[in-house]
Amino acid sequence: MNIELFFQYVVAGLTYGAIYAIVAIGFNIIYNATGIINFAQGEFVMLGGMTAVTLNHFIPLPAAILGAVLVATFVGALIEIVFIRWLRGPSVLRLIIITIGISILIRETALHIWGESVRALPYFTGTSVTSINFRGVYVSPQVLWVIGISAVIVVFLTLFFNHTLLGRQMRACSANRDAARLCGISARNMVTLSFMLSAAIGALGGCVVSPITYVHYDIGTPLAIKGFTVAILGGLGNSTAAVAAGMILGIMESFSIWVLPAAYKDVISISILLVILFVRPSGIFGSAETARLKEF
Amino acid sequence: MKAKHLQLLGFSLVIVAIQLLTQFTNSAYHLTQLTMTAYYSLLIVGLCMLIGYAGQISLGHAGFFAIGGYISAFLTTHDLSPYKTKGIVAVLAKAGVLTTRPDLYGGDLLTVNPWASCIMALSAAIIVAYIIGGPVLKLKGHYLAMATLGFGIIVYRIVLGSGLLGAADGISDVPSFRLFSGIEITGRSSARVINYYIAWGLVIAGMALLLNLIHSRVGRALASIHGAEDAADAMGIPTAQYKLKIFVLSAAFASLAGVLLTHYNGGVGPSEASVMKSVRYVAIVAVGGMANLWGALAMSLILNYLSLRGYFGTFDDAVFGGILILIMLFAPGGLLRRQILRDIRHIFGAKGKDQGGEAA
Amino acid sequence: MTILSVQGLSKRFGGVQAVSDVSFAVTEGTVKALIGPNGAGKTTLFNLISGFLLPDRGSVVFGRTPVQGLKPHQVASRGMARTFQHIRLFPKMTALENIMVGRHIHSRAGFIAGMLNLPFTWKEEQRVRDKSLEIMQFLGIADLADTEATSLAYGRQRIVELGRAIACEPSLLLLDEPAAGLNIRETAEMGKLISRVRDMGITVLLVEHDMSLVMNISDEIVVLSYGEKIAEDTPLAIQKNPEVIRVYLGEENAEN
Repeated sequence: MNIELFFQYVVAGLTYGAIYAIVAIGFNIIYNATGIINFAQGEFVMLGGMTAVTLNHFIPLPAAILGAVLVATFVGALIEIVFIRWLRGPSVLRLIIITIGISILIRETALHIWGESVRALPYFTGTSVTSINFRGVYVSPQVLWVIGISAVIVVFLTLFFNHTLLGRQMRACSANRDAARLCGISARNMVTLSFMLSAAIGALGGCVVSPITYVHYDIGTPLAIKGFTVAILGGLGNSTAAVAAGMILGIMESFSIWVLPAAYKDVISISILLVILFVRPSGIFGSAETARLKEF
Repeated sequence: MKAKHLQLLGFSLVIVAIQLLTQFTNSAYHLTQLTMTAYYSLLIVGLCMLIGYAGQISLGHAGFFAIGGYISAFLTTHDLSPYKTKGIVAVLAKAGVLTTRPDLYGGDLLTVNPWASCIMALSAAIIVAYIIGGPVLKLKGHYLAMATLGFGIIVYRIVLGSGLLGAADGISDVPSFRLFSGIEITGRSSARVINYYIAWGLVIAGMALLLNLIHSRVGRALASIHGAEDAADAMGIPTAQYKLKIFVLSAAFASLAGVLLTHYNGGVGPSEASVMKSVRYVAIVAVGGMANLWGALAMSLILNYLSLRGYFGTFDDAVFGGILILIMLFAPGGLLRRQILRDIRHIFGAKGKDQGGEAA
Repeated sequence: MTILSVQGLSKRFGGVQAVSDVSFAVTEGTVKALIGPNGAGKTTLFNLISGFLLPDRGSVVFGRTPVQGLKPHQVASRGMARTFQHIRLFPKMTALENIMVGRHIHSRAGFIAGMLNLPFTWKEEQRVRDKSLEIMQFLGIADLADTEATSLAYGRQRIVELGRAIACEPSLLLLDEPAAGLNIRETAEMGKLISRVRDMGITVLLVEHDMSLVMNISDEIVVLSYGEKIAEDTPLAIQKNPEVIRVYLGEENAEN
C-alpha cells in the first residue's frame, strides 16, 4: 500500500479515535466525581446525534446542535436525580445494573421515537464529497471539525477543572468527598453536574461525527464498550491519557482490516479490552498500585 | 422428607398441572412456548448459581447459549460429504457419529448426529469457559461486568459476521434430536406433550443437581466465599478454583440449553447471542432474588413465557431493562427474598422455627 | 522443635517500610505473642506469614517447607489456621455452619459428589457436623450452634472464629487480636481458652494489645516497633527491657 492510503487509514482511525476519547472522557468525569462507571455513557452520544438530526428539520444546524446538547444535558441531569441521587450506599453491582438498565431504557425510547433508521447531520462545511488535499491525502473537512471540536472540548475541560471555582469544587469532591462537604461544597450537586457535563460533551461528539459515522438507536452500547476500553487504556480517571489512548485504539481498529474482515472490527477492540483487563487494568499511563487501591 | 425433596415434588406437580390445564382447555399450543421457557430456565438457574452463590456477575451468558446452539446447529446441518475421506471427518465417520439424511433437494447430507454434536458443543463451551474464566474471575466489580459483556459481544459479532454460521440469518433446518427410540426433541406439534415433559424434566433434574450442590460441602464453601472471601481462603478453600468451576458449570447449563432449544426450534440466529438476551437473563435472576434458585425459576417461567407469547410486544427489551432498574432501585435483594417470604409467613401466623428458617 | 521460622521478612507499601528485616522462630507447643504499638507492622507480618501478602524479601519456613509465595489456601491446607483482626465470620450462616467450614480441608466431597448426593457424602457430612459440635462444646458455646453467627454478641463471635480456626486441626494457629473489643471477664475467658488450645498440642502465635492476656499466657514475646523487631524474650524479661519500655512509654521511663 502506498503512503497516501496509509494516511487515509490513519485519518479514519483518528476520527473514530476522537469519538472514543470523548466517550472515555465522559466516563472519567463521572467516575472521578462518583466512582460510578456509567454504562449509559454511549447513549448520550446517540441522543445527541439523533436529536440534532430531528431538530435540524426545523432550525438551522448550529441551533440544532445546541438544542441537542441541551436536551442531552437535561437527560443526564434527569438520570442522576431520578435514579442515582437518593441511593444510600449502593453496592458496585447494584450501580452497574442500574446504569445498564438506564442505557436500555434510553435505547428503547430512541427505538420507539426514531425507529431503526440510520441518520446523519449534514456536513458542517461542504458536502460528503468535498475534501481538502494534504499532499495527496484527501481529508474531509468534517474530520477537521471532529478533531477541532475534540480539541476544544479537551481545552475547555482542562480550563474548567483547573481554573474555575466550579471545576475545582468538582475536583475537591472527587478527591475527598467528606472534606469537600465540610468546605461547604454540595457533593450531590457536583454529582449531578458531572452527569450533565458528560452528557453534554457526549452529545456534542455525537453531533460532530454523525455526518461521517451516521447514528442510529443502537450505537450506544458498542460506543460505551470502546469508550470504556479507551478509558481503561489511559488509566481510569485520566482524561488527557484518554485522548492518546483514543487515538491508539482508533488507529488499531482502522488498520485491523488488514488482519480480519471488517465485520469483526468490534472483536478487535473488545479483545484489546480483555487483554488490558487481564494484563494491566491500570492502563498504560496509570499506576499499578493506585489501581489496586481503588475500591471496587 | 427433606425440604428440597418437597420443593422438587411440588414443582413437578405444578408442571403436570399446567400441562393438564392446557389439555382441558384445548390450548395445547401454549405448550410450545412453555417448552421454550423450560430451556431458557435451564440457563437461568445455572446463572443464578453463578451470581447468587458464587457472587460473580455475568453479562455475557447468552454467549455460552449461542456457542452451544450454533456448534450443534452447524455440525448437524453442514454437509460433510466433500470431506468424507479426509482427516477428522474420516475419524468421525469411523466413530459412527455421522449420519446421512436427505436434504431439501433430494440429495444426501452427511452430518454429525445430534448426540455427538451435543457433546461436542458442550465440550467446546466448557473449554471456552475454562479458558476465559480464569482471568475473568480475577476481576472485580465493573471490570468483571465489562469483561463478561465484552465476551458476549465477541460471540455475537462472530456469529453475526460469519458466513459459515449463516450471518444475519443464522442456521435453520436443524434436525430433531433423537434421544431414544421414538422419543426426540422436536418442534413438531405431534410431539408437543412429550417435548414439554422432556424439557421440564431436564430443568427439574438440573434443579436437583444444583440444590444438592448447595446443601453439600461445596455449597457451604461457596457460601463462605461469597460471604467473606479471604476468610474462606484462610480455611483452606481454593476460592479461585471453586469460582472457576461454578462459572464453567453455569456455562455448561447455558450451552446445553442452547443445544436443546436449537434442536427444538429447528434453528438458531444471532439474536440469541445478543447483549439484550444476556441482560434479560440477569434481570430475571435479579427479580427472583439473587441467591434464590426457586425464585429465579419461578420468575423465568413467568417472564419468559409472557415474553415469548408476545405480551410485551415491541417493548420486550424495555420491559426487562425496566425490571432491572426497578429491582435494583427498590429491592436489590430481589422480590422473592427469604426475608420477604418470612415476613409473609409471619403475617399469616405460621408456627414453627422460622427464626433460623431454611429455604432453597 | 521449631514449627515456624521467619527469616529477614521485609515488606514495603509505597513510601512506608511496613516490615523491616524481621526474624524469629516459634517453638512447637508454645504460645508466642507479637506485641508493639499501633502501626508496628504486626498484622502485616501475619499476612506475610499466612500467604495473604507476598514479602519483598525474606522467607517463612513452616515445619520444614518454605511457604512464602504460596496462596493463603495452600498455606492453610498445610496446617496453619488464622483469625482476623476485624472478625470475619460468614454472614447468613449459623455459628455451627461457620465452624463446619473449618472442616473443609478434612473432608473431600467435591462438585460431582455434591451434585449427585453420593452416599459417602452423607456419613461425611454427619462426621463434619459432629466434630464441629464437639469443638463448640470444648469452647463452651454449644448452645449457640443454630444462631446466625453475625447476630451473636461480639465476645461470642470471637470464640466462634476461634472454633472455626481450630476446626482446621492446625499445627500452628495465628490469632490476630483475639481479645480486641472484649471486656475484662471475656478477655480472661479467652486467655483460658487459648491455653487449653495450646494444651491440645496446637502452637499459637498471637498478636495482641491486652498486656495482661499477653503476659499471662505467653511463653515468649516478640516486640515490634515501626516494622522492626526490637526484642524477643520471656514475658518477665520483656517487661524489664529498656528498649521496649521506651517504645511504649517514652524516653524518660526507660531511664528509670
